[in-house]
Amino acid sequence: METKLPPASTPTSPSSPGLSPVPPPDKVDGFSRRSLRRARPRRSHSSSQFRYQSNQQELTPLPLLKDVPASELHELLSRKLAQCGVMFDFLDCVADLKGKEVKRAALNELVECVGSTRGVLIEPVYPDIIRMISVNIFRTLPPSENPEFDPEEDEPNLEPSWPHLQLVYEFFLRFLESPDFQPSVAKRYVDQKFVLMLLELFDSEDPREREYLKTILHRVYGKFLGLRAYIRKQCSHIFLRFIYELEHFNGVAELLEILGSIINGFALPLKTEHKQFLVRVLIPLHSVKSLSVFHAQLAYCVVQFLEKDATLTEHVIRGLLKYWPKTCTQKEVMFLGEMEEILDVIEPSQFVKIQEPLFKQVARCVSSPHFQVAERALYFWNNEYILSLIEDNCHTVLPAVFGTLYQVSKEHWNQTIVSLIYNVLKTFMEMNGKLFDELTASYKLEKQQEQQKARERQELWQGLEELRLRRLQGTQGAKEAPLQRLTAQVATSGGQS
Amino acid sequence: MAGAAGPGTGPGAAGGDGDDSLYPIAVLIDELRNEDVQLRLNSIKKLSTIALALGVERTRTELLPFLTDTIYDEDEVLLALAEQLGNFTGLVGGPDFAHCLLPPLESLATVEETVVRDKAVESLRQISQEHTPVALEAHFVPLVKRLASGDWFTSRTSACGLFSVCYPRASNAVKAEIRQHFRSLCSDDTPMVRRAAASKLGEFAKVLELDSVKSEIVPLFTNLASDEQDSVRLLAVEACVSIAQLLSQEDLEALVMPTLRQAAEDKSWRVRYMVADKFSELQKAVGPKITLNDLIPAFQNLLKDCEAEVRAAAAHKVKELCENLPAEGRETIIMNQILPFIKELVSDTNQHVKSALASVIMGLSTILGKENTIEHLLPLFLAQLKDECPEVRLNIISNLDCVNEVIGIRQLSQSLLPAIVELAEDAKWRVRLAIIEYMPLLAGQLGMEFFDEKLNSLCMAWLVDHVYAIREAATNNLMKLVQKFGTEWAQNTIVPKVLVMANDPNYLHRMTTLFCINVLSEACGQEITTKQMLPIVLKMAGDQVANVRFNVAKSLQKIGPILDTDALQEEVKPVLQKLGQDEDMDVKYFAQEAISVLALA
Repeated sequence: METKLPPASTPTSPSSPGLSPVPPPDKVDGFSRRSLRRARPRRSHSSSQFRYQSNQQELTPLPLLKDVPASELHELLSRKLAQCGVMFDFLDCVADLKGKEVKRAALNELVECVGSTRGVLIEPVYPDIIRMISVNIFRTLPPSENPEFDPEEDEPNLEPSWPHLQLVYEFFLRFLESPDFQPSVAKRYVDQKFVLMLLELFDSEDPREREYLKTILHRVYGKFLGLRAYIRKQCSHIFLRFIYELEHFNGVAELLEILGSIINGFALPLKTEHKQFLVRVLIPLHSVKSLSVFHAQLAYCVVQFLEKDATLTEHVIRGLLKYWPKTCTQKEVMFLGEMEEILDVIEPSQFVKIQEPLFKQVARCVSSPHFQVAERALYFWNNEYILSLIEDNCHTVLPAVFGTLYQVSKEHWNQTIVSLIYNVLKTFMEMNGKLFDELTASYKLEKQQEQQKARERQELWQGLEELRLRRLQGTQGAKEAPLQRLTAQVATSGGQS
Repeated sequence: MAGAAGPGTGPGAAGGDGDDSLYPIAVLIDELRNEDVQLRLNSIKKLSTIALALGVERTRTELLPFLTDTIYDEDEVLLALAEQLGNFTGLVGGPDFAHCLLPPLESLATVEETVVRDKAVESLRQISQEHTPVALEAHFVPLVKRLASGDWFTSRTSACGLFSVCYPRASNAVKAEIRQHFRSLCSDDTPMVRRAAASKLGEFAKVLELDSVKSEIVPLFTNLASDEQDSVRLLAVEACVSIAQLLSQEDLEALVMPTLRQAAEDKSWRVRYMVADKFSELQKAVGPKITLNDLIPAFQNLLKDCEAEVRAAAAHKVKELCENLPAEGRETIIMNQILPFIKELVSDTNQHVKSALASVIMGLSTILGKENTIEHLLPLFLAQLKDECPEVRLNIISNLDCVNEVIGIRQLSQSLLPAIVELAEDAKWRVRLAIIEYMPLLAGQLGMEFFDEKLNSLCMAWLVDHVYAIREAATNNLMKLVQKFGTEWAQNTIVPKVLVMANDPNYLHRMTTLFCINVLSEACGQEITTKQMLPIVLKMAGDQVANVRFNVAKSLQKIGPILDTDALQEEVKPVLQKLGQDEDMDVKYFAQEAISVLALA
């Protein structure tokens, strides 16, 4: 039984890296909580799929496809497809074993046949094939057994009917990949509604199912040109719902992986629709709680965009700064990683546009009490290209980070961080000794000015607050006569001060 | 004070009164633009103070344009701004100028972040009420229309929440336009917008004329209820409740019921769950006749749905459904059409379903009366009391009062006891905690004799539980029991056992004695406290564990007010003074605190 799929190639450009080069998400958090959690007791649940199945007819094995003359092949194929459209209850693992075996054998034969025999896929069998696939794969996914399902921590629920479902997916895939496959015929059956239902299945908790769906959707995108825009639009709907409404969708990583290769194939100049997708969908995706599950794929998509069109850099970096994590250090480390990936491909002309806000954020990260965040930020200075960008723009970058670095070098609790900062300060000194000295000199003065400003601010607000109280009493006084005299007093004393 | 405004800022607008000139807008805006988010947030939260300082005129002409144009900020700041602006009408000069607040709120209603948008919509709804009908049509309605035809889904989503507030006060021509806009949002290309429209459909229907409800809302409802996305369909179920309330029985039957029947059998469990979850509301909205013909059969199906989630949601509604049936014939309907399905659920394979049922099933006894309860419900209660899942048993026990009223608890006590004992020793401390909380209630219903015989030992065993929360709850439980059974009972059964623990080798148990004394002394009164408790407390002042000693100081502070002056001066004071010289810092601290609180210095 073949379970591994061949690595998918992109539909749009044969030289592009396709689906496989996306690296697995980094495990940045060293402290896994897995051991602390106890496995939840499994409860059996039924799948919505079997609600409408009643009066199951008995399946009887049909002759083998290879044993019949070519003239009868298609008639038999049709009967086999119909047989495979019968559904079985897999929660009851002893129910109708014979029927299950008949269907399994038939599916196996279909997989074999569509994959290796030429001339099988003629026009009349398309509707039968699509019907068989639809009946098997399209179903309302059951409720999650664990409402707080955490893809990083918990074991997924595996689809009980996988022994059949896998064969159906395998058949679907070979059907799409067959040299005889004609998209022009199939597009009558693989329509928008079909694609929408296919996309909904990406929420499946079973990673094996999502893996098949990923490859299949990729093929569909490649072969059905008329469905491409629709697929992209529906993907962005799924993402937007995931970001703003549910924060739960199991197949985000898989969809992003497909999009990564789609973006790779975008023609230049980029359409507005694509740019909007980057700014309004991909960037906000960074704000989602479960970012770690799909961050690698997401960062890949973002960098793909920037490699296509460098002028998007400013939008992207400002977007990331807007969504910069405030409390989750694990996400902060991921953001820093992605930022470095972006800086690796940034054009110097773009760097100038965002250097100041960017390095203020980097400085804030360096001063993080979480040493992994500080350390990750300080690693930027180990990157030759970033260092050269800093050097070229040291009159802007240095003042943006100097104060924080100087202060943290004296205060951070972690010795590694302190010594890393010393190295950075040393680099600065070597880079531009004169500027360094000026900044050191002005540091103290700035500190004092800050205190002065804080005092002024306090006085300002105090003044405003007093004024507010006076006004408030003034209006009350107007309504309530007994208060009037008191208010008048307050007003005169206020006027004197 | 003028110096506070900072260097380089001279007197401001000449026309303003003296106070205004102190705070030129530039300084205030600097505060709103500060680099530090926290400071910006602080300034925004005091926006009303700033507006007050500027006066209504300059708030309108200077502050609001600034807020509209230049604020592109962190969502947290925007949220605070959206909230502030909802209460700003007074600060811009009252209802005549309320429309000045619309531009900044309009931009806020289009931002990406849902929380900000929702808050902006909330503020807009609030402000809409302050508009005059003329201003509403001149300013507010155009804003709604702009949002409704915005090119990104966020503004269209926000628009959905604004139709119902401006519709009632608009003229007929404008009303038609508003309806037209709402219609197009209901068939929007983006599912997010359709969801927003579906969730406001009921609210909008309520402010429409009945004819429009029938001719326009019902078709929209039917469409949304058969949307390709189940997330839209399930929201239509909610709208169904509001729409059904507006229609006559005939219209209801013809226009709404086919859709509702279809929703109850939807292929997506989420939609069926929603029907189950809204069942009581639906039942009230459609009235008794349709309930009997349509809803009861639908409910039966939901109770045996293939998804446990749906069954559990339906099980939760069993009691309300029965309560809301018309009194006439209610008993027959329940006995023949509901009870058989409930019986099945008692042995459901899913614990959530059983536990949902257990939380309401006891309520049926008041509806069905004594005889039916004994004959039909009691066996179910008893079965659930023996359920393998502690939550099910706990839910039964926590609702005992309903049954007590109808048949008295004695009927159950034979089965109750093993269930309570088992829960009392459950491995999960939260389960133990829950059962402790029902002890006073049970004690009251079972009576002193039964309690002493069967449950007293449990209550004492909890005092030495290895989880602190249980020991603490057990202590409070004792106090409630004393309040119920009286001091004499306390003196005979509780106090001696508590005091014996003062000699326990485990210091945690010795401390439990002190905690018990803290809560029991008041309930027991001066005599028992002075004669029996005080000597023990004083003796414990010599304990070798510092935690025990400083708890002695705390206990003395607590029981001091109950004692008479002699006892305080002659017995408590010397001990506290000695503890005040203790080598341990904490002991010293609490001893001195007690001395000063009891005024023994």
